[in-house]
Amino acid sequence: MGIDPPDAPVADVDDGDSIHVASIVRPYALTKGRTAPRVDLPVEATIEVVSAEKVGDDIGRSILDLCAAQNPSVAEIAAQLRQPLGVTRVLLADLVDVGAVSVRATLTDRATDRQRHDLIERTLRGLRAL
Amino acid sequence: MDSVRFDEAPRIASTKIIVAGGFGVGKTTLVGAVSEIVPLRTEALVTTESVGIDDMDSTPDKATTTVAMDFGRITLSNDLVLYLFGTPGQRRFWFMWDDLIRGAVDAIVIVDTGRLEDSFSVVDYFEAKKLPFIVAINEFDGGQRYTPDQIREALAISPGIPIMTIDARERESAKHALIRVAEFALEQLTATSRIESA
Repeated sequence: MGIDPPDAPVADVDDGDSIHVASIVRPYALTKGRTAPRVDLPVEATIEVVSAEKVGDDIGRSILDLCAAQNPSVAEIAAQLRQPLGVTRVLLADLVDVGAVSVRATLTDRATDRQRHDLIERTLRGLRAL
Repeated sequence: MDSVRFDEAPRIASTKIIVAGGFGVGKTTLVGAVSEIVPLRTEALVTTESVGIDDMDSTPDKATTTVAMDFGRITLSNDLVLYLFGTPGQRRFWFMWDDLIRGAVDAIVIVDTGRLEDSFSVVDYFEAKKLPFIVAINEFDGGQRYTPDQIREALAISPGIPIMTIDARERESAKHALIRVAEFALEQLTATSRIESA
């Protein structure tokens, strides 16, 4: 994956047909230049707080506050922090590493057909009840 | 630390459905119609080098581009949350699709009949990845009308894949599309694995 720290203006492509150029402050400064998380963090994975005492830095505490309020997904945390997904994943992986948060289960490549079946049935039940 | 248990599979707490299609086709509209939150936006950073040289004339060499995804959330029960990810379908964004569709159960491809060519690559991609998908024709007011059969022929969509018409602005219509694609994913799984429906 060609993910690099940005060093130039970015083009923001949205669902409309507009493209505009915005400026952002080097996001990977927050991760000290690291771009690869050590924990598997799918965009839909939800995060819960395990121990809030293990985190001292501001960005880590911001994430913990978000997680304590609503068990958000990786994508929601990225959106709330206004950070790219890659940056958010590195920051979250750090919190997993120190035991501050845990990642709730999602469907993985290793899932059995039975697990897939159960998940889709639960999804259908929920959708039909909306 | 709450470590992963290997003796039993933990209950899956969240899942996702991919909503794909060309620019302006109604992905975010559909997500917003059924989401319990106003759709949020998240971005992935990519260098233009990895994106490819086509369509990127407006950005300088080695610039970093953000690719935006709008997403919504539906709480399906007290132990399951569904996320809907609306993502640009252009071929130049495929590098990030591999990451996004990991763990997805199924996908909806939204088609604008006025710009069918935007849908070819998305259909190809999901077929190659064997991700169950349905095609949803978004009928804008005044849009040119085609029958599902005409769309199937134009996009060379396999006979077994459902094609439906929707109004992405309408909650019931969007909900119906989500139910249809989940049913289709279940049918596909049952056909291949011989699991009996409970």
